[in-house]
Amino acid sequence: MSGVRLLVGTKKGAFILTSDGKRERWDVSGPHFAGWEIYHVKGSPADPNRLYASQTSGWFGQIIQRSNDGGKTWEAVGNKFAYEGVPGTHKWYDGTQHPWEFKRVWHLEPTLKDPDTVYAGVEDAAMFRSTDGAQTWQELPALRNAKGDLWQPGAGGMGLHTILLDPSNSKRIFIAISAAGAFRTDDGGETWRPINKGLKSPYELPDPTAEVGHCVHRIAMHGSRPSVLFMQKHWDVLRSDNAGESWHEVSGNLPTDFGFPIDVHAHEPETIYVVPIKSDSEHYPPEGKLRVYRSRTGGNEWEALTNGLPQRDCYVNVLRDAMAIDSLDSCGVYFGTTGGQVYGSADAGDHWSAIVRDLPAVYSVEVQTLQ
Amino acid sequence: MIRVVLPAHLKTLARVSGEVKLDVPGQPTLLSVLDALETRYPVLRGTIRDQVTQERRPFVRFFACQEDYSLEPPETALPGAVAKGEEPLLIVGAMAGG
Repeated sequence: MSGVRLLVGTKKGAFILTSDGKRERWDVSGPHFAGWEIYHVKGSPADPNRLYASQTSGWFGQIIQRSNDGGKTWEAVGNKFAYEGVPGTHKWYDGTQHPWEFKRVWHLEPTLKDPDTVYAGVEDAAMFRSTDGAQTWQELPALRNAKGDLWQPGAGGMGLHTILLDPSNSKRIFIAISAAGAFRTDDGGETWRPINKGLKSPYELPDPTAEVGHCVHRIAMHGSRPSVLFMQKHWDVLRSDNAGESWHEVSGNLPTDFGFPIDVHAHEPETIYVVPIKSDSEHYPPEGKLRVYRSRTGGNEWEALTNGLPQRDCYVNVLRDAMAIDSLDSCGVYFGTTGGQVYGSADAGDHWSAIVRDLPAVYSVEVQTLQ
Repeated sequence: MIRVVLPAHLKTLARVSGEVKLDVPGQPTLLSVLDALETRYPVLRGTIRDQVTQERRPFVRFFACQEDYSLEPPETALPGAVAKGEEPLLIVGAMAGG
Protein backbone atom coordinates (compact mmCIF):
# COMPACT_ATOMS: atom_id res chain seq x y z
CA MET A 1 0.00 0.00 0.00
CA SER A 2 1.57 3.28 -1.01
CA GLY A 3 1.37 6.41 1.05
CA VAL A 4 3.00 9.71 1.76
CA ARG A 5 4.53 11.34 4.79
CA LEU A 6 4.85 15.11 4.99
CA LEU A 7 7.60 16.50 7.21
CA VAL A 8 6.64 19.99 8.24
CA GLY A 9 8.97 22.40 10.04
CA THR A 10 7.33 25.36 11.76
CA LYS A 11 8.15 28.26 14.01
CA LYS A 12 7.04 26.25 17.04
CA GLY A 13 7.82 22.62 16.31
CA ALA A 14 7.72 19.84 13.74
CA PHE A 15 4.63 18.08 12.49
CA ILE A 16 4.32 14.83 10.58
CA LEU A 17 1.29 14.41 8.33
CA THR A 18 0.61 10.97 6.90
CA SER A 19 -1.87 9.62 4.40
CA ASP A 20 -2.42 6.69 2.13
CA GLY A 21 -1.94 7.02 -1.59
CA LYS A 22 -5.33 8.63 -2.08
CA ARG A 23 -4.15 11.60 -0.02
CA GLU A 24 -7.64 12.43 1.15
CA ARG A 25 -7.45 11.72 4.89
CA TRP A 26 -4.49 12.76 6.97
CA ASP A 27 -3.17 11.90 10.40
CA VAL A 28 -1.32 14.68 12.19
CA SER A 29 1.51 13.98 14.63
CA GLY A 30 3.11 16.75 16.63
CA PRO A 31 4.27 19.15 17.70
CA HIS A 32 7.62 17.44 17.99
CA PHE A 33 10.22 19.62 19.76
CA ALA A 34 7.40 21.91 20.84
CA GLY A 35 8.29 25.56 21.11
CA TRP A 36 11.51 25.32 19.09
CA GLU A 37 11.98 26.62 15.59
CA ILE A 38 12.27 23.74 13.16
CA TYR A 39 13.94 25.01 10.03
CA HIS A 40 13.91 21.73 8.15
CA VAL A 41 13.11 18.03 8.43
CA LYS A 42 14.15 15.60 5.73
CA GLY A 43 14.21 11.85 5.23
CA SER A 44 16.92 9.69 3.73
CA PRO A 45 16.20 8.52 0.17
CA ALA A 46 18.06 5.32 1.05
CA ASP A 47 16.11 4.60 4.25
CA PRO A 48 12.79 6.40 4.64
CA ASN A 49 12.70 5.69 8.35
CA ARG A 50 15.85 7.74 8.85
CA LEU A 51 14.90 11.38 9.37
CA TYR A 52 16.95 14.40 10.31
CA ALA A 53 15.61 17.62 11.80
CA SER A 54 17.16 21.02 12.42
CA GLN A 55 15.89 22.31 15.76
CA THR A 56 16.98 25.80 16.71
CA SER A 57 16.32 28.56 19.20
CA GLY A 58 17.40 32.14 19.69
CA TRP A 59 18.04 31.24 23.32
CA PHE A 60 19.57 27.78 23.21
CA GLY A 61 21.17 27.47 19.79
CA GLN A 62 21.25 24.55 17.42
CA ILE A 63 20.15 20.96 18.00
CA ILE A 64 20.11 18.22 15.38
CA GLN A 65 17.56 15.46 15.90
CA ARG A 66 17.60 12.05 14.25
CA SER A 67 14.89 9.43 13.98
CA ASN A 68 15.30 5.81 12.94
CA ASP A 69 11.60 4.98 12.92
CA GLY A 70 10.01 7.52 10.65
CA GLY A 71 9.56 10.16 13.31
CA LYS A 72 7.97 8.14 16.10
CA THR A 73 11.01 8.63 18.32
CA TRP A 74 13.96 10.98 18.12
CA GLU A 75 17.40 11.41 19.60
CA ALA A 76 19.55 14.51 19.70
CA VAL A 77 22.82 13.97 17.85
CA GLY A 78 25.81 16.14 17.06
CA ASN A 79 25.39 19.90 17.11
CA LYS A 80 28.96 21.14 16.93
CA PHE A 81 29.40 23.11 13.72
CA ALA A 82 32.93 24.50 13.82
CA TYR A 83 34.25 26.28 10.76
CA GLU A 84 37.43 24.72 9.46
CA GLY A 85 40.63 26.46 10.54
CA VAL A 86 40.58 30.19 11.03
CA PRO A 87 37.06 31.08 9.92
CA GLY A 88 38.02 34.25 8.07
CA THR A 89 35.65 37.04 7.20
CA HIS A 90 32.85 38.03 4.86
CA LYS A 91 31.40 41.39 3.96
CA TRP A 92 29.30 43.00 6.69
CA TYR A 93 26.37 45.40 6.42
CA ASP A 94 28.61 48.44 6.77
CA GLY A 95 31.05 47.20 4.12
CA THR A 96 33.70 46.07 6.59
CA GLN A 97 34.83 42.48 6.90
CA HIS A 98 33.15 40.42 9.63
CA PRO A 99 34.11 37.02 11.05
CA TRP A 100 32.08 34.00 10.09
CA GLU A 101 29.76 33.07 12.98
CA PHE A 102 27.63 29.95 13.10
CA LYS A 103 23.96 30.72 13.78
CA ARG A 104 21.77 27.82 12.66
CA VAL A 105 21.19 25.00 10.20
CA TRP A 106 18.79 26.00 7.46
CA HIS A 107 18.73 22.81 5.41
CA LEU A 108 19.61 19.15 5.82
CA GLU A 109 20.20 16.97 2.77
CA PRO A 110 20.70 13.23 3.34
CA THR A 111 22.66 11.66 0.50
CA LEU A 112 20.99 9.45 -2.05
CA LYS A 113 22.55 6.10 -1.11
CA ASP A 114 23.84 6.30 2.47
CA PRO A 115 21.48 7.16 5.35
CA ASP A 116 24.46 8.07 7.56
CA THR A 117 25.89 10.65 5.19
CA VAL A 118 24.10 13.96 5.29
CA TYR A 119 24.90 17.54 4.33
CA ALA A 120 23.92 20.63 6.29
CA GLY A 121 23.56 24.13 4.90
CA VAL A 122 24.13 26.69 7.62
CA GLU A 123 24.08 30.39 8.44
CA ASP A 124 26.61 32.10 8.24
CA ALA A 125 26.75 30.43 4.90
CA ALA A 126 28.78 27.24 4.80
CA MET A 127 28.31 23.59 4.11
CA PHE A 128 28.99 20.75 6.50
CA ARG A 129 28.95 16.99 6.03
CA SER A 130 28.48 14.13 8.44
CA THR A 131 29.31 10.54 7.57
CA ASP A 132 28.27 9.05 10.92
CA GLY A 133 24.57 9.77 11.06
CA ALA A 134 25.01 13.38 12.21
CA GLN A 135 27.08 12.57 15.29
CA THR A 136 29.96 14.71 14.02
CA TRP A 137 30.16 17.39 11.35
CA GLN A 138 33.01 18.55 9.16
CA GLU A 139 32.95 21.67 7.03
CA LEU A 140 33.61 21.67 3.29
CA PRO A 141 35.69 24.84 3.61
CA ALA A 142 36.53 25.34 -0.05
CA LEU A 143 33.05 26.70 -0.64
CA ARG A 144 33.90 29.84 1.29
CA ASN A 145 36.88 30.33 -1.01
CA ALA A 146 34.44 30.98 -3.85
CA LYS A 147 34.65 34.73 -3.27
CA GLY A 148 33.28 34.34 0.25
CA ASP A 149 34.91 37.58 1.30
CA LEU A 150 32.42 39.34 -1.01
CA TRP A 151 29.32 37.62 0.36
CA GLN A 152 27.16 40.02 2.34
CA PRO A 153 24.10 39.03 4.34
CA GLY A 154 20.70 40.38 3.37
CA ALA A 155 18.03 41.20 5.89
CA GLY A 156 17.04 37.55 6.14
CA GLY A 157 20.51 36.31 7.01
CA MET A 158 23.24 34.67 4.96
CA GLY A 159 22.00 31.11 4.91
CA LEU A 160 22.92 28.19 2.70
CA HIS A 161 19.40 26.98 1.96
CA THR A 162 19.51 24.73 -1.09
CA ILE A 163 21.54 21.57 -1.67
CA LEU A 164 20.94 19.59 -4.87
CA LEU A 165 22.75 16.30 -5.33
CA ASP A 166 23.26 15.16 -8.92
CA PRO A 167 21.92 11.57 -9.07
CA SER A 168 24.07 10.81 -12.11
CA ASN A 169 27.32 12.13 -10.66
CA SER A 170 28.05 11.77 -6.96
CA LYS A 171 30.81 14.37 -7.19
CA ARG A 172 28.55 17.14 -8.47
CA ILE A 173 26.56 19.25 -6.01
CA PHE A 174 24.68 22.49 -6.56
CA ILE A 175 24.03 24.83 -3.65
CA ALA A 176 22.46 28.25 -3.20
CA ILE A 177 23.00 30.95 -0.60
CA SER A 178 20.85 33.96 0.19
CA ALA A 179 22.47 37.16 -1.03
CA ALA A 180 25.49 35.27 -2.40
CA GLY A 181 24.17 33.15 -5.29
CA ALA A 182 24.45 29.64 -6.69
CA PHE A 183 27.59 27.53 -6.62
CA ARG A 184 28.69 24.14 -7.97
CA THR A 185 31.29 21.56 -7.17
CA ASP A 186 32.32 18.81 -9.59
CA ASP A 187 34.75 17.09 -7.24
CA GLY A 188 32.70 16.29 -4.16
CA GLY A 189 33.30 19.62 -2.48
CA GLU A 190 37.07 19.96 -2.93
CA THR A 191 36.56 23.04 -5.10
CA TRP A 192 33.58 25.27 -5.83
CA ARG A 193 32.78 28.05 -8.23
CA PRO A 194 29.96 30.55 -8.64
CA ILE A 195 27.39 29.71 -11.33
CA ASN A 196 25.52 32.98 -11.68
CA LYS A 197 26.11 34.00 -15.30
CA GLY A 198 22.91 35.41 -16.73
CA LEU A 199 21.46 36.54 -13.42
CA LYS A 200 20.54 40.21 -13.31
CA SER A 201 19.90 42.01 -10.01
CA PRO A 202 19.58 45.73 -10.82
CA TYR A 203 17.60 46.50 -7.66
CA GLU A 204 19.88 44.61 -5.28
CA LEU A 205 23.43 45.04 -6.58
CA PRO A 206 25.48 47.98 -7.85
CA ASP A 207 26.76 45.69 -10.60
CA PRO A 208 23.61 43.85 -11.73
CA THR A 209 25.60 41.03 -13.34
CA ALA A 210 28.16 40.54 -10.58
CA GLU A 211 29.68 37.09 -10.23
CA VAL A 212 28.39 36.75 -6.65
CA GLY A 213 25.90 38.59 -4.47
CA HIS A 214 22.64 37.59 -6.18
CA CYS A 215 19.82 36.68 -3.84
CA VAL A 216 18.94 33.23 -5.10
CA HIS A 217 15.88 31.99 -3.26
CA ARG A 218 15.73 28.42 -4.52
CA ILE A 219 16.96 26.11 -7.25
CA ALA A 220 15.37 22.85 -8.34
CA MET A 221 16.06 20.00 -10.72
CA HIS A 222 14.42 16.83 -12.01
CA GLY A 223 16.52 13.80 -11.24
CA SER A 224 16.34 12.50 -14.80
CA ARG A 225 17.88 15.70 -16.21
CA PRO A 226 20.34 17.01 -13.64
CA SER A 227 21.89 19.53 -16.00
CA VAL A 228 18.59 21.41 -16.30
CA LEU A 229 18.09 23.70 -13.34
CA PHE A 230 15.28 26.06 -12.43
CA MET A 231 15.73 29.06 -10.17
CA GLN A 232 13.47 31.39 -8.25
CA LYS A 233 15.61 34.42 -7.61
CA HIS A 234 14.63 37.36 -5.41
CA TRP A 235 13.15 38.78 -8.59
CA ASP A 236 13.01 36.61 -11.76
CA VAL A 237 12.43 32.95 -12.50
CA LEU A 238 15.26 31.46 -14.53
CA ARG A 239 16.46 28.22 -16.04
CA SER A 240 19.78 26.76 -17.04
CA ASP A 241 20.23 23.99 -19.58
CA ASN A 242 23.93 23.52 -18.91
CA ALA A 243 24.25 22.77 -15.20
CA GLY A 244 24.35 26.41 -14.25
CA GLU A 245 26.99 27.60 -16.73
CA SER A 246 24.46 30.19 -17.86
CA TRP A 247 20.90 31.14 -17.00
CA HIS A 248 18.08 32.79 -18.87
CA GLU A 249 14.86 34.27 -17.59
CA VAL A 250 11.60 32.32 -17.98
CA SER A 251 9.29 34.52 -15.91
CA GLY A 252 7.01 34.96 -18.93
CA ASN A 253 3.43 35.84 -18.01
CA LEU A 254 3.72 35.48 -14.23
CA PRO A 255 1.83 38.24 -12.40
CA THR A 256 5.03 38.93 -10.44
CA ASP A 257 8.33 37.12 -10.68
CA PHE A 258 9.21 37.57 -7.01
CA GLY A 259 8.78 34.49 -4.86
CA PHE A 260 10.55 31.86 -2.84
CA PRO A 261 9.97 28.16 -3.72
CA ILE A 262 10.27 26.48 -7.09
CA ASP A 263 9.83 22.78 -7.74
CA VAL A 264 9.56 20.25 -10.56
CA HIS A 265 6.84 17.70 -11.31
CA ALA A 266 7.89 14.16 -10.43
CA HIS A 267 7.22 12.69 -13.88
CA GLU A 268 7.30 15.67 -16.25
CA PRO A 269 10.70 17.38 -16.20
CA GLU A 270 9.36 20.43 -18.04
CA THR A 271 6.49 21.01 -15.59
CA ILE A 272 7.47 23.42 -12.84
CA TYR A 273 5.72 25.27 -10.02
CA VAL A 274 6.18 28.63 -8.33
CA VAL A 275 4.13 30.75 -5.94
CA PRO A 276 4.30 34.40 -7.03
CA ILE A 277 4.58 36.91 -4.20
CA LYS A 278 3.80 40.57 -4.75
CA SER A 279 7.18 42.06 -3.90
CA ASP A 280 10.14 42.03 -1.58
CA SER A 281 8.53 44.72 0.54
CA GLU A 282 5.10 43.04 0.62
CA HIS A 283 5.61 39.39 1.30
CA TYR A 284 2.12 38.23 0.33
CA PRO A 285 0.33 37.10 -2.83
CA PRO A 286 -0.78 39.69 -5.38
CA GLU A 287 -4.37 40.86 -4.94
CA GLY A 288 -4.77 38.70 -1.83
CA LYS A 289 -5.17 35.63 -4.08
CA LEU A 290 -3.10 32.58 -3.24
CA ARG A 291 -2.14 31.09 -6.58
CA VAL A 292 0.35 28.44 -7.52
CA TYR A 293 1.58 28.91 -11.07
CA ARG A 294 2.44 25.92 -13.21
CA SER A 295 4.37 25.89 -16.44
CA ARG A 296 4.27 22.77 -18.61
CA THR A 297 6.85 24.24 -20.95
CA GLY A 298 9.76 24.67 -18.58
CA GLY A 299 8.89 28.32 -18.05
CA ASN A 300 7.64 31.38 -19.93
CA GLU A 301 4.07 30.10 -20.28
CA TRP A 302 2.35 29.88 -16.92
CA GLU A 303 -1.15 29.00 -15.76
CA ALA A 304 -2.68 29.94 -12.42
CA LEU A 305 -3.80 27.04 -10.22
CA THR A 306 -6.52 28.30 -7.91
CA ASN A 307 -9.06 25.54 -7.38
CA GLY A 308 -9.36 25.14 -3.61
CA LEU A 309 -6.97 27.97 -2.73
CA PRO A 310 -8.20 31.22 -1.13
CA GLN A 311 -8.88 33.83 -3.79
CA ARG A 312 -9.54 36.79 -1.53
CA ASP A 313 -8.10 38.34 1.61
CA CYS A 314 -5.10 36.03 1.71
CA TYR A 315 -1.88 37.66 2.90
CA VAL A 316 0.41 34.77 3.79
CA ASN A 317 3.85 34.01 2.42
CA VAL A 318 5.30 30.71 1.21
CA LEU A 319 8.92 30.30 2.20
CA ARG A 320 11.69 28.80 0.09
CA ASP A 321 11.80 25.34 1.65
CA ALA A 322 8.02 25.05 2.02
CA MET A 323 7.08 23.25 -1.21
CA ALA A 324 7.45 19.56 -1.98
CA ILE A 325 6.36 17.06 -4.60
CA ASP A 326 5.67 13.36 -4.16
CA SER A 327 6.33 10.69 -6.76
CA LEU A 328 3.06 8.79 -6.83
CA ASP A 329 1.62 8.16 -10.30
CA SER A 330 -0.71 11.09 -9.89
CA CYS A 331 1.86 13.53 -8.70
CA GLY A 332 1.14 15.27 -5.39
CA VAL A 333 2.16 18.87 -4.75
CA TYR A 334 2.30 20.40 -1.27
CA PHE A 335 3.16 23.76 0.23
CA GLY A 336 2.96 25.45 3.60
CA THR A 337 2.32 29.08 4.47
CA THR A 338 3.39 31.53 7.11
CA GLY A 339 -0.27 31.50 8.18
CA GLY A 340 0.05 27.87 9.26
CA GLN A 341 -1.81 26.19 6.43
CA VAL A 342 -0.44 23.21 4.55
CA TYR A 343 -2.15 22.76 1.20
CA GLY A 344 -2.00 19.63 -0.89
CA SER A 345 -3.00 18.59 -4.37
CA ALA A 346 -3.17 14.94 -5.39
CA ASP A 347 -3.50 15.77 -9.08
CA ALA A 348 -0.44 17.84 -9.90
CA GLY A 349 -2.02 21.10 -8.86
CA ASP A 350 -5.43 21.00 -10.52
CA HIS A 351 -7.30 20.78 -7.22
CA TRP A 352 -6.14 21.83 -3.77
CA SER A 353 -7.34 21.40 -0.22
CA ALA A 354 -5.99 22.39 3.17
CA ILE A 355 -4.53 19.41 5.02
CA VAL A 356 -4.13 21.52 8.17
CA ARG A 357 -5.03 25.16 8.69
CA ASP A 358 -3.77 26.31 12.05
CA LEU A 359 -0.17 25.28 12.52
CA PRO A 360 2.48 27.80 13.52
CA ALA A 361 4.14 29.60 10.61
CA VAL A 362 5.45 26.94 8.24
CA TYR A 363 9.15 27.11 7.47
CA SER A 364 9.58 23.92 5.45
CA VAL A 365 7.69 21.06 3.86
CA GLU A 366 9.22 17.83 2.62
CA VAL A 367 7.41 14.73 1.40
CA GLN A 368 8.35 11.09 1.45
CA THR A 369 6.64 8.71 -0.95
CA LEU A 370 6.26 5.43 0.92
CA GLN A 371 5.77 2.07 -0.74
CA MET B 1 25.67 18.49 46.03
CA ILE B 2 24.93 21.36 43.68
CA ARG B 3 21.34 21.98 42.67
CA VAL B 4 20.70 23.35 39.20
CA VAL B 5 17.38 24.51 37.80
CA LEU B 6 17.17 24.34 34.03
CA PRO B 7 14.76 26.27 31.81
CA ALA B 8 11.82 24.24 30.56
CA HIS B 9 13.17 23.66 27.04
CA LEU B 10 16.44 22.32 28.36
CA LYS B 11 14.67 20.03 30.85
CA THR B 12 12.79 18.56 27.92
CA LEU B 13 15.96 18.21 25.90
CA ALA B 14 17.84 16.54 28.75
CA ARG B 15 14.77 14.48 29.66
CA VAL B 16 14.78 15.55 33.29
CA SER B 17 12.10 16.88 35.57
CA GLY B 18 12.65 19.07 38.60
CA GLU B 19 16.10 20.09 39.69
CA VAL B 20 19.35 18.51 38.56
CA LYS B 21 21.72 17.50 41.35
CA LEU B 22 25.43 17.40 40.59
CA ASP B 23 28.53 16.37 42.48
CA VAL B 24 31.11 19.07 41.91
CA PRO B 25 34.40 18.63 43.76
CA GLY B 26 35.99 21.61 45.49
CA GLN B 27 34.72 25.15 45.51
CA PRO B 28 32.03 25.27 42.82
CA THR B 29 32.33 27.88 40.11
CA LEU B 30 30.14 28.61 37.13
CA LEU B 31 32.71 26.84 35.00
CA SER B 32 32.93 23.70 37.10
CA VAL B 33 29.16 23.43 37.47
CA LEU B 34 28.55 23.87 33.75
CA ASP B 35 31.30 21.35 32.97
CA ALA B 36 29.68 18.84 35.33
CA LEU B 37 26.26 19.53 33.89
CA GLU B 38 27.42 18.95 30.32
CA THR B 39 29.31 15.82 31.32
CA ARG B 40 26.15 14.37 32.85
CA TYR B 41 23.94 15.58 30.00
CA PRO B 42 26.00 15.84 26.80
CA VAL B 43 22.87 16.86 24.91
CA LEU B 44 23.12 20.25 26.63
CA ARG B 45 26.46 21.04 25.01
CA GLY B 46 26.06 24.12 22.91
CA THR B 47 22.74 25.14 24.42
CA ILE B 48 24.11 27.17 27.36
CA ARG B 49 27.61 27.95 26.10
CA ASP B 50 28.87 28.18 22.55
CA GLN B 51 30.52 24.89 21.62
CA VAL B 52 33.56 26.53 20.08
CA THR B 53 34.16 29.66 22.17
CA GLN B 54 32.63 28.35 25.43
CA GLU B 55 31.06 31.78 25.89
CA ARG B 56 27.62 32.07 27.48
CA ARG B 57 24.91 32.23 24.86
CA PRO B 58 23.60 35.80 24.73
CA PHE B 59 20.07 35.03 25.93
CA VAL B 60 20.98 32.70 28.78
CA ARG B 61 21.31 34.04 32.32
CA PHE B 62 22.80 32.62 35.52
CA PHE B 63 21.11 33.59 38.80
CA ALA B 64 22.00 32.49 42.33
CA CYS B 65 20.86 33.80 45.70
CA GLN B 66 19.04 36.72 44.06
CA GLU B 67 22.20 37.81 42.27
CA ASP B 68 22.95 37.84 38.54
CA TYR B 69 26.16 35.97 37.75
CA SER B 70 25.70 36.12 33.99
CA LEU B 71 28.42 38.67 33.40
CA GLU B 72 30.86 37.28 35.92
CA PRO B 73 33.98 35.41 34.74
CA PRO B 74 33.46 31.62 34.49
CA GLU B 75 35.93 31.05 37.31
CA THR B 76 33.80 33.06 39.73
CA ALA B 77 33.04 31.10 42.89
CA LEU B 78 29.34 30.52 43.47
CA PRO B 79 27.85 31.58 46.84
CA GLY B 80 28.26 29.37 49.85
CA ALA B 81 24.54 28.61 49.93
CA VAL B 82 24.81 27.15 46.43
CA ALA B 83 27.94 25.22 47.37
CA LYS B 84 26.10 23.70 50.33
CA GLY B 85 23.03 22.85 48.27
CA GLU B 86 20.82 25.24 50.22
CA GLU B 87 20.09 27.34 47.12
CA PRO B 88 20.04 26.33 43.45
CA LEU B 89 21.90 27.82 40.53
CA LEU B 90 19.21 29.04 38.16
CA ILE B 91 19.91 28.80 34.44
CA VAL B 92 17.36 31.04 32.83
CA GLY B 93 16.29 31.91 29.33
CA ALA B 94 16.23 35.69 29.07
CA MET B 95 12.80 37.24 28.79
CA ALA B 96 11.65 37.77 25.23
CA GLY B 97 10.06 41.13 25.85
CA GLY B 98 7.21 42.34 23.72
